[in-house]
Amino acid sequence: MSRSVIDSTPAATDSSVSAPETRIPLPPRRRRRRSPLAYWLILPAVLLELLVHLIPMVLGVWIAFISLNQLTLTNWVNAPFVGLQNFMNGLDPNSSIGQAFFATIGRTLLYTVLVVGFSWTLGMAAAVFLNSKFRGRALLRTFFLVPYALPAYVGTIAWAFMFNNRDGAINQVLVDTMGLFDGDRPFWLLGDNAFGAMVIVNVWQLWPFAFLMLMAALQNVPNDVYEAAALDGASLWQQFRTITLPMVQPANGVLLLVMSLWTFNQFNVPFVLFGATSPESATLISPLIYQNSFGSWNFGLGGAMSVLLLLVLLVASAFYIRMVLPKGKNND
Amino acid sequence: MNKQFKLFASVTAVAAMTIGLSACASSDSGAGSERITYWASNQGESLTVDEEVLTESLDRFTEETGVEVDLEVISWTDLYNRILTAVTSGDGPDVLNIGNTWAVTLQQTGAFDPVEGDLLEAVGGADRFLAPSWATTGAEGETPTSVPIYGQAYSMYYNTALFADAGITTAPTTWDELVTTAKALTKDTDGDGTIDQWGVTHAGASVTQNAHQGFIRGVQNGGSTFDSDGQGTFDSAEQVAGATQFVNLMAVDKVMAPSDAELTQEAMGVTNLIDGKAGIIFSQSPLKNFASRDFTDWAVAPMPLNEAGDTGDKATESFVAGINLSVFKNSDNKEGAYSLMNWLTSDAEQAQLNDAYSSLPVVDAAYDDERFQTDVIKQKQDTLANHALPMPLVPEEGQMETLVGTALKNLFAQAATGTVTEADVQDALTDANNQMLAAQ
Amino acid sequence: MIETRNFRVLRNIVLTLLTLWVAIPLYVVVSTSVKPLADVSGVFEWIPRSFTLAPYIDIWSTVPLAEYFKNSLIVAVSATFFSVIVAVLAAYSISRLAFKGKRAFSLIVLSTQMFPGIMFLLPLFLIYTQIRNVTGIQLQGSYLGLIITFMTFTLPFAIWMLTGYFASIPIELEEAAMIDGTGRMGALIRVVLPVAKPGIIAVAVYSFIAAWGEVLFASVLSNESTKTLSLGLKDYASQTDVFWNQLMAASVVVSLPVLIGFILVQKHLVAGLAAGSVK
Repeated sequence: MSRSVIDSTPAATDSSVSAPETRIPLPPRRRRRRSPLAYWLILPAVLLELLVHLIPMVLGVWIAFISLNQLTLTNWVNAPFVGLQNFMNGLDPNSSIGQAFFATIGRTLLYTVLVVGFSWTLGMAAAVFLNSKFRGRALLRTFFLVPYALPAYVGTIAWAFMFNNRDGAINQVLVDTMGLFDGDRPFWLLGDNAFGAMVIVNVWQLWPFAFLMLMAALQNVPNDVYEAAALDGASLWQQFRTITLPMVQPANGVLLLVMSLWTFNQFNVPFVLFGATSPESATLISPLIYQNSFGSWNFGLGGAMSVLLLLVLLVASAFYIRMVLPKGKNND
Repeated sequence: MNKQFKLFASVTAVAAMTIGLSACASSDSGAGSERITYWASNQGESLTVDEEVLTESLDRFTEETGVEVDLEVISWTDLYNRILTAVTSGDGPDVLNIGNTWAVTLQQTGAFDPVEGDLLEAVGGADRFLAPSWATTGAEGETPTSVPIYGQAYSMYYNTALFADAGITTAPTTWDELVTTAKALTKDTDGDGTIDQWGVTHAGASVTQNAHQGFIRGVQNGGSTFDSDGQGTFDSAEQVAGATQFVNLMAVDKVMAPSDAELTQEAMGVTNLIDGKAGIIFSQSPLKNFASRDFTDWAVAPMPLNEAGDTGDKATESFVAGINLSVFKNSDNKEGAYSLMNWLTSDAEQAQLNDAYSSLPVVDAAYDDERFQTDVIKQKQDTLANHALPMPLVPEEGQMETLVGTALKNLFAQAATGTVTEADVQDALTDANNQMLAAQ
Repeated sequence: MIETRNFRVLRNIVLTLLTLWVAIPLYVVVSTSVKPLADVSGVFEWIPRSFTLAPYIDIWSTVPLAEYFKNSLIVAVSATFFSVIVAVLAAYSISRLAFKGKRAFSLIVLSTQMFPGIMFLLPLFLIYTQIRNVTGIQLQGSYLGLIITFMTFTLPFAIWMLTGYFASIPIELEEAAMIDGTGRMGALIRVVLPVAKPGIIAVAVYSFIAAWGEVLFASVLSNESTKTLSLGLKDYASQTDVFWNQLMAASVVVSLPVLIGFILVQKHLVAGLAAGSVK
């Protein structure tokens, strides 16, 4: 994308215009003037975001500071304010809930790195190879997008069916056909394997999204750059590293950020694979928060966990946007 | 303006109007005062079956009273969230189903009408109902906020063909007999070196199924999940002993398939029984699954007790399972709501509905109906009436189910992939109990 | 890249592996959906022993899928349509006009992706109830509520993405149009939209898929008459009896409309992303 998406103001775009002398002179700085039109255009988005996202989020943050349970739920407006009590209960590293919370944050981080890492790698590989012309390219391009087009629920159910210990397709192949594990059928959805199984399911669903974005980014990398590099004796790997990667970097930055946020808050995959409670090795932060609010009728606790999560992700994202996304001129 | 712009503008205008109209149209619906909304839980083998059964009954209700009913059958996974949002916002149905183990928690929200005065009169007083079922309508000593509608109880169902093959003629009555019988049933039928027929099957990954069995085994061993002050006691010696017995079916006795640790739904265990992959299952109501697969080689017996001759609470075979009905306090048609409560708990409808769902009537008089004279009903009725305890009548019951059920789920997972000792069971339940205390 | 022999060999290996990786689970779904129930309950068989279309017929009576299908179409199409319009306007404003609070607006929109989705559930329902109590507009259980909710859920990503597309369209095109006396909006509609059409389609596909597959909020915000197809499918799986073959058949049925739509717009989608993602 042109610089960082959010900073792509006219000023940033101007710099790319190559033939300044052919520019038609404008009324003085017309497009730089702050016009009320800008606000009219974002108004619908602001209203909807306020209604559906922001006010609920503010309420969610407020819940973290009150005692909201079965006794106060019907009269939630008057639920007692308890200050930081929920934070102290839920985030005290010495309590079993706090320990579970911090262990889960770490696990979710690892999960995010793995899922986004694999999804990106597969997506990039498919994008690079499908960028060359050969027969069947259009067919594969559509086919690779199928896992993304399926409702998330369907894809996860299919994998749960395959991972089944006794009857699943995976053990049928590994144990019955290939004779691995000495005939002992491993459990993919229990114990420590559950984490890996969940990563696989999530990557299967997410990688086409990365593929889509990266493939599109590659469309505009001109082929003559590669030709020049090849003449200079650059290997395939060198071409990839010095040409492909830098050229897709703008799209890449936003892609990685969004995929990471979505993966960090993953709820559906574990919920469909394991039910309301996951094996410990595969407990992610969103299901844990669900358990500690909806499961126990103690919404303040879940609220406190969510607020901390929001702060962590906000700081990380802000840092990421500053460091990784290329800077454009600021205009606010 | 060019063509494209006109098209764009007109499409936008039409769309905006559509939204406006649909807003008006939907705000009108449900305004008639002789209409009430009823949220029903999933009792039949599918939501469609439920709709058919209930629509038939509600049509007769409308004919008799003139009150129209908007029926919505809601799956169990959604019902909880629906009730939660309804209770919080005050925007809910007039009459709804709740799992009877949620009764005390929901009672505390104050969102439901207390069953007294007109409402109590409408359902004909508490004495009509089976006492154990009535006990689940609210916390002890407080005015109930729900009324039973369907009763259920755990029984032991077994595959008679497998029993006959193994030369077993009588159903086990104690835990030791169960283990012995199960061992006789566990074998390698096709001689390929792996066991393909197991003694007992159970949905080891189902939190609720585990919680139920954990409760029953604990009570049979003389334990309880809460003390008299409402403090969790999941980690007492009796509870641990009961849970150990149960997990040992897989871990030590090796009569339950390790793959059962992955089963998330009771129906999957029932399927094992039907397919001849297991001989015994503890279940509330597998009859509809049996029927839908034309399976007839089954019989029913009471749940085994810990030891022969156990009496009192130790002779508990089941918790008092079932569904309750509540009236939403915000209902703007209490009269209609109360007459629906009267209708659904009437002797005739109790017989009709519970027969359709192969569940148990919750009013004594309905058992006179000839449809409830079968062996299986008589067996379940005896369990429910004489050998069933309600799940703890405390607001933390739901959390207890989650914590204990999850602990057992994890223990089964551990048993499937390795070994489980009594110390492991103790640790798991202690941890569950600590989480309960921390959340309180 | 330059197509050396090594490149082609590597390409064939990687694409074959990726094809298998995508195809195997899909094959399991489709093959299970055409097996009789008796063949499903044993160890998985790669080649069905017998073939039946009965599951595809049975699902229509077990769950009222036809009704849900209509609801899903209404909700997903409307949500997509309005989401795209709102996102186009906002993204155009961000990429072309100067205004105070632009960066803050973008970041706040992004921050909504950092709060656990499940924690929006109760507050959102409370707000919708308040709106009904004050204005009489029914958002719970109505198409309107589902549409507003879903279209807003997809806005953050749609706005970020479209901002990128617009930014990569040379501003001179519009300036020329504006000199000719067309206003800002005229320039947007006549000049920018046609050029950005592929990018808009990409956003539309994303919005449609999101609305089509959502189940958590749909489960609370819909009722008997507005229930969506994905929700019906979830009900299917959570029933007291499990018919794997019917579940898989229903999965195929639920997914087909999305796939067909996808094939139809696939070409635009690729070109569209290209226009926005690289300058």
